[in-house]
Amino acid sequence: MTTLFPNAMPLAGLAGGALIGLAAAIMLLGLGRIAGVSGLLARATGIADSGAPRGIAIAFILGLPLGAWLMTLAGHGSSVTFPAAAWPLLLGGVLVGYGTRLGSGCTSGHGVCGLARLSPRSAVATALFMLAGFATATMLHPVLP
Amino acid sequence: MANLIALAAGLLFGSGLALSGLNDPARVRGFLDIRGNWDPTLVFVMMGAVAVMMLAWAMQRRARAPLAASLFDLPSTTKIDAKLAVGALLFGTGWGIGGLCPGPAIADLAVRPANAILFVASMLAGMALHRLTTR
Repeated sequence: MTTLFPNAMPLAGLAGGALIGLAAAIMLLGLGRIAGVSGLLARATGIADSGAPRGIAIAFILGLPLGAWLMTLAGHGSSVTFPAAAWPLLLGGVLVGYGTRLGSGCTSGHGVCGLARLSPRSAVATALFMLAGFATATMLHPVLP
Repeated sequence: MANLIALAAGLLFGSGLALSGLNDPARVRGFLDIRGNWDPTLVFVMMGAVAVMMLAWAMQRRARAPLAASLFDLPSTTKIDAKLAVGALLFGTGWGIGGLCPGPAIADLAVRPANAILFVASMLAGMALHRLTTR
């Protein structure tokens, strides 16, 4: 694996993925809700008026940076390298924000929760955002900082 | 109690993002850019997350109610329409450009605040724009 794909980290990926799945399982079995980050963020910030109770949305969203901070503090955080210019973050952010609201979900809601539920709607959404992601990153590679 | 459970779930979710490298824009782009040294790590992240979540759905089907809420409040829409398709395509395009999706962007506020805030602020602007233009 590491000779064929020098950048791969399969074990950290599987373990981190399992933690993400466990978090989504707690939301489902504990609170009866989908751990969809875009929906919870819109709810927490008041951009959406319906959805999860406000307190739940705010608590979940606050947990995200807290968890990443603790994992980094524990010495197991991934290296993080941002694009060298601001425009990919600004443009990418607007597209992600608008697109996830229009399409009712992102990698967590459609990708993790919806795929595991075998939802055809989420499977279509996941296939399309993956396709657009592959096409964009591959074609724009020469111009992306 | 419900808020504490949600905080714990968010904390686990964020720790998983940082461990798996899904919060690293360079790694995400290394996965989405299929040329050069392609990085398959995200396939493992999705396998780990979906496997655990499939078990959770199997338990959910047998449960009458969640442990700490009165009922399951789950999406019932099955419609596959233009909104879903265009939304997913726009989201994927932004994911490929910035290398971040919503969860990792928020998690990175604690790891690379000066960079992550640019993405999070414009993501919120995009969400607000959707709200303003759809009613």
